Amino acid sequence: MFVARSIAAEHKDLIHDVSFDFHGRRMATSSSDQSVKVWDKSEDGEWHCTASWKTHSGSVWRVTWAHPEFGQVLASCSFDRTAAIWEELVGESNDKQRGQRHWVRLAAGMKSLGHIESQPFLVCPASVPSFFCALQVKRTTLVDSRTSVTDVKFAPKHMGLVVTTCSADGVVRIYEAPDVMNLSQWSLQHEISCKLSCSCISWNPSSSRAHPPMIAVGSDDSSTTYSGKVQIYEYNENTRKYAKAETLTTVTDPVHDVSFAPNLGRSFHVLAVASKDVRIFKLIPLSRKESIPTGPTRFEVQVVAQFDSHNSQVWRVSWNITSTLLASSGDDGCVRLWKANYMDNWKCTGVLKGDGSLVNGAPSQASSLSSSVGTPTQGSLNGTSAGRTGTRTSFSPPMPGLQSPKIHQHTAYY
Amino acid sequence: MAELIPGIDSSQRHLGFVWGPGDLLAYETQYKPTGAQHAAQSCPFVHVVRKDEDIYSPILRKLFNESHHIFVGLQNMKDDVPISTRDTALATQYGNQVSILLAVELIWNLCEVLFIEAAPAGSLLLHLLDWVRLHKADVDEKAQEVLQSECPAEHQAYWDVTVCYILQGRIDEARQILLKQASQQPAARVTFKLMDSLLMKMPIYNPGGTQTLTEFDVKWRRWHQECDRCLQDNSFASHPHLELICKILVGDEDTLLEQREHLSTWYHFLVTRLLYCHPTVKPTELHYYAQASMDMFLDGRSAPEPLDSILLAAFEFDIHQVIKDCSIALNNWWFVAHLTDLLDHCKLLQSHNLHFGSNLREFLLLEYASGLFTHHSLWQLAVDYFDHCPEFGRVYLELQIERVPLDTERKALKVLRICEQRQMAEQVRSICKIMAKKALRNNRLGSALSWSIRAKDAAFATLISERFLQDYCTHGTFSDLDLIDNLGSAMLLSDRLTFLGKYREFHKLYAEKQFAEAARLLLSLMTAKIAPRSFWMTLLTDALPLLEQKQVIFSADQTYELMHCLEELTTGKVAPETELSMQEDNIEATKIELLRLALARNLALAIVKEGTLEA
Repeated sequence: MFVARSIAAEHKDLIHDVSFDFHGRRMATSSSDQSVKVWDKSEDGEWHCTASWKTHSGSVWRVTWAHPEFGQVLASCSFDRTAAIWEELVGESNDKQRGQRHWVRLAAGMKSLGHIESQPFLVCPASVPSFFCALQVKRTTLVDSRTSVTDVKFAPKHMGLVVTTCSADGVVRIYEAPDVMNLSQWSLQHEISCKLSCSCISWNPSSSRAHPPMIAVGSDDSSTTYSGKVQIYEYNENTRKYAKAETLTTVTDPVHDVSFAPNLGRSFHVLAVASKDVRIFKLIPLSRKESIPTGPTRFEVQVVAQFDSHNSQVWRVSWNITSTLLASSGDDGCVRLWKANYMDNWKCTGVLKGDGSLVNGAPSQASSLSSSVGTPTQGSLNGTSAGRTGTRTSFSPPMPGLQSPKIHQHTAYY
Repeated sequence: MAELIPGIDSSQRHLGFVWGPGDLLAYETQYKPTGAQHAAQSCPFVHVVRKDEDIYSPILRKLFNESHHIFVGLQNMKDDVPISTRDTALATQYGNQVSILLAVELIWNLCEVLFIEAAPAGSLLLHLLDWVRLHKADVDEKAQEVLQSECPAEHQAYWDVTVCYILQGRIDEARQILLKQASQQPAARVTFKLMDSLLMKMPIYNPGGTQTLTEFDVKWRRWHQECDRCLQDNSFASHPHLELICKILVGDEDTLLEQREHLSTWYHFLVTRLLYCHPTVKPTELHYYAQASMDMFLDGRSAPEPLDSILLAAFEFDIHQVIKDCSIALNNWWFVAHLTDLLDHCKLLQSHNLHFGSNLREFLLLEYASGLFTHHSLWQLAVDYFDHCPEFGRVYLELQIERVPLDTERKALKVLRICEQRQMAEQVRSICKIMAKKALRNNRLGSALSWSIRAKDAAFATLISERFLQDYCTHGTFSDLDLIDNLGSAMLLSDRLTFLGKYREFHKLYAEKQFAEAARLLLSLMTAKIAPRSFWMTLLTDALPLLEQKQVIFSADQTYELMHCLEELTTGKVAPETELSMQEDNIEATKIELLRLALARNLALAIVKEGTLEA
């Protein structure tokens, strides 16, 4: 691993979230300076800020992209108790120009009481030439919630254009744009009361018919009275409602992030949880016989791996595209990469940390798992490049386990 | 082992991250409970951290491309054809790369000799000698230098070269170079002659010959004794260089170790010792000699490096250890993926471990191919690798290919073709949908329509058809005529698209002066409810010039139907409210009057004409 380039983000305060679009050619950053910036990658690989505008009246916690099938759509959520959905408008003249892009707010707010008012709304980023501001769009304002909106996520695309929010008051709300041609209309479809302050949500990405829509909700409630800080909700065809299918009772500490892995056509689901450690769960659906036929699916829950090397709280977990790597970020100020070998044994294969301070020692191994079988790990993740020096003898770095030759009982025949 | 991100103090702040395609973004942040505002200035950078640097090396790209051809060739090879790396010229193609790959080549060649050629006793040593010669080629350079000098025999490197030849078992070359010295020293002629005859008599095993290994062994022992005798009776005592050579010939351990400089590696030492002590070494015995040679050669002077361990594992025929160690020590998955695949094809992995042999191969291939997929052009090679991974290849390809940026139509078509060839219906639909959406954003209606037809997206096709019709209403012409004219059965995707296609057909018939056909089509658009109600007035206006023609085009029945349509449209209209719509309404009222007049006139003409014909 190496730092390929650094981009000056030009936010006036802390960055809270960075999000890639589906193809990795665009990026959105959100910050405590209440703004969102959109960045585009040029042919030469450089990132250019193409839009920057004030989105909320509080810290913007998260920003996320909808699937490009729905156009260029962003969702953001904030301490100001609202979530907002934004669509980029392309002016007649600026299509191929390098100028700033134009983003309009499609919907804002958190909680719907069935009361929707529409009004013309002008978005005019400070740096946008004035002629771009001749656009008038409708803003749909929904009545605000009482608490901070902590996470916002789009549902998998096979469900249509669906966005979900969760808030500190313990409510998960699922909104839908029924007409994907008109994204200014959003309706609240479901409201799930989780009873505990919600910090994070993750949709199960599986599009298999065998798997009904499923969402995992994490809670950062610090009380120990309630065990099970991760709840799994599943859509029920018959009742047309989301119902709790499972509670991960073994997770008793506050949860800061949850993340479903891509399904890979498997029958079971894999969920990573960031709590006081990193945990990977396997959720195996039990056959219908073992659960109530019309009720939610029951799961056998297994812990696949558990890593405590962040020492304290873990704040984010995220999978790469094919879920061969899990990254986590924690109180030790490091990002750690976790990888399973072909025997499904998990190990730390890389660490990122700031150069401003020192973290002692090499990363510790998976606490509960050890492997006696070969564990191919990617050498390049280990910071030093073996071959780049160009000499055959520099087969460095000497890796643990390779430092001493094997000792054989047999001595020479000579 | 940790990668440092500049300008961030990990003890004060958290490190935020996000996965990108191939890259990981890292930035300074603070994950603390809600609302806490930090006045402190934060690090204003987002850092792009790249995982696989080799992908971007231009030299390695050539290697990736080359090995891809070989990989695909290997997959298509029939099972019963025995695989030999010599036949497929793998060695030369995989090799011949820059110095980074020398170590890889060294391991690869050894694996070829040991696992794939699986040479038996006798020829095993010959292969090992080839292997050492290939990787210790600096002797040739030096020899060249010596031979091209004015007086080779007096060149300072003369004896170095001679000894190196002997150490590598290049007897013929050694004899030739010794001749030059002999001619310079007539006094020592007899001694040189003796050495020459020793070298000449040295038996070399010939795998293709009729001689059995036992016969060879007997012959070799006799020769070995002869060398030993020469040493005992001090035949070369007068000539230290020749004595040294003779000591090497009898395989004297201390003498060989003194040649550390010339041997340079323990595995060269191993092969030389085998040559002069155990030329009939069996594959199974190899690892005893290897371990001992390594211990003796390194002699605690330096710790074995990863390369040493890998080679040792190979000498032990421990394939899994080789693969494991290579994965750890090498920079990318290229080597292990291809080596494992080759071994798997040689049925070597199964024989070693029945149940996960195939999985190991697939695991490594998936890793390698996923790495390639992050590159803007190498991803196309990765497709073939995924195709040959029976278990997860398809899912990986699905996940990866939909992330390929669709920068241009050409690239989109390329990706689409790959998906179509593999019946990846969902990916095909999604790509077309994205492209349609993109085209519409850029106001390229024709492109948007053809992509949405490909995506079989009825709602979107309807939307775009509306846009076409709107454009027609404002400009009076259609754009993208060749597309609309050639819709064919695709127009059935949505009602509005059908209407668009049919309406355009009407215009064509009209332009070709096939008025009767045109009239029939126009009417059917309304009566069969294909045309949206909002468009009827336009259609009726289109009927005007047909009604005004000299000859009768609409029959009486058709005229009645037209009148019916007009009435249906005008009844139940709400009174206008604004000034503007009042004006518009006036225009519309005039239009309706004109239509009524034309319809009445045409009806009269039609009745007369039809009555006349019947009479």
